[in-house]
Amino acid sequence: MLFNRYRRGLFIASFLAAPVILYVIYVISPNIQAFYMAMTDWRGVTATPNFIGLDNFQRVLGDSVFWKAVTHNLGLLVLLPAITIIIALFFAYLLNLGGDKGVSGIRGSTFYRVVFFFPQVLAVTIVAVLFQQVFRPDGSGMLNGPLMALGIEPVGFLSNSGIAFWSVLGVLVWQAVGFYVVLFSAGLAGIPRDVFEAAQIDGASRFTLFFRITLPLLWDTVQVAWVYLGILAMDAFAIVWVMTLQQGGPDWSTTVMAAEIYRNAFGYFRFGYASALGVVMFLFTVGFAILSLRLSRRERIEY
Amino acid sequence: MSHTPQISRRELLRGAALVPVAGALAACATPAAPPASTSSAVPVATSAANPFGVDAKKPLEVWIFDGGFGQQYATDIHQPLFKSKYAGVEIKHNSTKEITKVLQPRFAGGNPPEVIDNSGANKMDFGALAQDGQLQDLSPLLDAPSWDDPNVKVRDTIDPSVIEIGTYDGKFSVVGYVNYIHGIWYSQKVFKDNGWEIPKTWDEFLALCETIKKSGKMAPFTYAGKHPQYAYEPLLTMAAKIGGKDVLRKIDNLEDGAWKQEAMKTAAENMAEIGSKYLLQGTAGLDHVQTQTAQNKYQVAMLPCGSWLENEQKSTTPEGFDYAMFPIPDITGSDAMPYGTLHTQPGEEFMVSAKSAHPQAGMEYLRAMLSKKAAGEFSTLVKTVTVVKGASEGLTISSGVTSASAAVAAAGANTVYYRAFAWYGPLNDEAKAATGELMTGGLTPDAYLERMQKKADEIKNDSSIKKYQR
Repeated sequence: MLFNRYRRGLFIASFLAAPVILYVIYVISPNIQAFYMAMTDWRGVTATPNFIGLDNFQRVLGDSVFWKAVTHNLGLLVLLPAITIIIALFFAYLLNLGGDKGVSGIRGSTFYRVVFFFPQVLAVTIVAVLFQQVFRPDGSGMLNGPLMALGIEPVGFLSNSGIAFWSVLGVLVWQAVGFYVVLFSAGLAGIPRDVFEAAQIDGASRFTLFFRITLPLLWDTVQVAWVYLGILAMDAFAIVWVMTLQQGGPDWSTTVMAAEIYRNAFGYFRFGYASALGVVMFLFTVGFAILSLRLSRRERIEY
Repeated sequence: MSHTPQISRRELLRGAALVPVAGALAACATPAAPPASTSSAVPVATSAANPFGVDAKKPLEVWIFDGGFGQQYATDIHQPLFKSKYAGVEIKHNSTKEITKVLQPRFAGGNPPEVIDNSGANKMDFGALAQDGQLQDLSPLLDAPSWDDPNVKVRDTIDPSVIEIGTYDGKFSVVGYVNYIHGIWYSQKVFKDNGWEIPKTWDEFLALCETIKKSGKMAPFTYAGKHPQYAYEPLLTMAAKIGGKDVLRKIDNLEDGAWKQEAMKTAAENMAEIGSKYLLQGTAGLDHVQTQTAQNKYQVAMLPCGSWLENEQKSTTPEGFDYAMFPIPDITGSDAMPYGTLHTQPGEEFMVSAKSAHPQAGMEYLRAMLSKKAAGEFSTLVKTVTVVKGASEGLTISSGVTSASAAVAAAGANTVYYRAFAWYGPLNDEAKAATGELMTGGLTPDAYLERMQKKADEIKNDSSIKKYQR
């Protein structure tokens, strides 16, 4: 009996050992090293960094640019999931239940499905470069060209520090919506048709159908979408770094935490300090994950 | 079956933390311990022909920034010249657009290459390298005999500003190879066709902008709005012209109130006025190539830039455009520095790694580069002026370079430069952000200077940032 159990343990361990070791080497260890580096003044080129304790974290408190980045991340955290989920739900509803008969999609829904999903296929950097051209501030810009042809002053989508953040948000939403349309469509497909049909026979309006039936039954999927979009909002590095002026500008109006970490490490060669910023970002992200899972916890509806 | 020996999650974590794996892994991302010293070999004796003691059996590794000048100059001009004297030294030539990404791990790992052209947007921070003792002291290079003439020291063959600007902590450690000459660039054809005159005073400059604007033919002025360092360059040069070289020295040294000097205020006000009245539409969102191309298309008359402009635009410049530049005009009528004062600054910076295997060969490579032959051929190949005195004499070079060289000759000793932005990256980025806002009206001149002063003070009070003086 005991021998068997021992053998079984050994058998399981032999399978787990390799992945656990790899995980420790490539995931856990760099994380621990980042915590250690955050307490040094390492500038990236020497072999012997000095240990300086918590000085870097004290410096973070007075770093006005980093706190601007934090507010942008938090702004995105609220706006990006909310806007994306609302639009994606609306589209998914139309594609699946928006037709005249009530339980089928509107005309051409398979075509729209492909169109909505299209931005997801493009790499983030390509999207960023694409929108640089869309937002270009002179006659060659896709948006400003027509405006200027009409005699309207061009809009500094990326060059006006009051507008740039909203341009970034717009691009992030544009890129994300398609994926969540597909995700919600899959969720909707999992809801038995007869629930909708029964409600319709009882005379439920489309409005009621959406808010009393679709949304509650889709809640699990929405919750997943919220967490994914929250993670995207905490990052947003690639779009900001490639698309915006001065990589987070103009005048720091679009910068995010990840961009400041990169800038401090590879721009200013302050690797220790950048690690401290990384630790702070880590805490923000973990905090968000715990909070969002707690807040959206709900009774699961069985059907 | 009641008592299954299970390890709790807590115990597992505790166990993991104790496992010495963590120590063994430390070499992954954090810096490695310095490698054991291997240079036990007897150093090669120095001589007049071999002033640094190059070991003919040890290789030499060279990294070139593959930017506006390409890398052909290194493989076709500099390396053959070096090899002509040290045929036994194997040269490992490399190039990249991303200096930091490729070389920073090499420094952290303790085996940096010998010669690095540390340039471009992704160059390594010289301040950080100096702070960590990675820059080879190049003073012996200055006192070595020049490649061309054993009776002349290298020191006397190059522009003295190279030595001032390449000095970190009292050690000359960086060789700026190309002399960048800044000014306001225009097309001689456009000015001739329209009868526009080069402005000698600020009032004349504003009047010219007004004339150009009214003509409706093109916008008067632009700068690379995406990169506002193209706007702070004329601003700072103007301030130095008004108040003297000390204005910039105080800014470099992070002196109290340096940004709030009267000359800075006048300069900021003047630049803000151009920003609000005379810019090409959309300037703030365009990059250097887009604005320069607009000038080549005769959509804008003037822009501030450096002497690399002509080479950078060679594929889009129309026939007969005839680039030329003029200096910042007289501002107050009682400027501290005369008409013709220029901002010149050595760029395309080369360094030798102090902790590389063969720094002697690195220094010798730079000595070869600073020969008249190498510098002259370089100038011809990439259409630009080097810091080697007289190296481009007798060569036929384009109109823009001719104009810039003439401006330097006319300026004589009245040249200015600044270093604070190379020393302090965060100050540079703040200056870009704030100057962009100044030019687009988001900041008043007073608020602009207030903000820059605040950032300068912040850096001054941050003990983790090494301070430099000049």
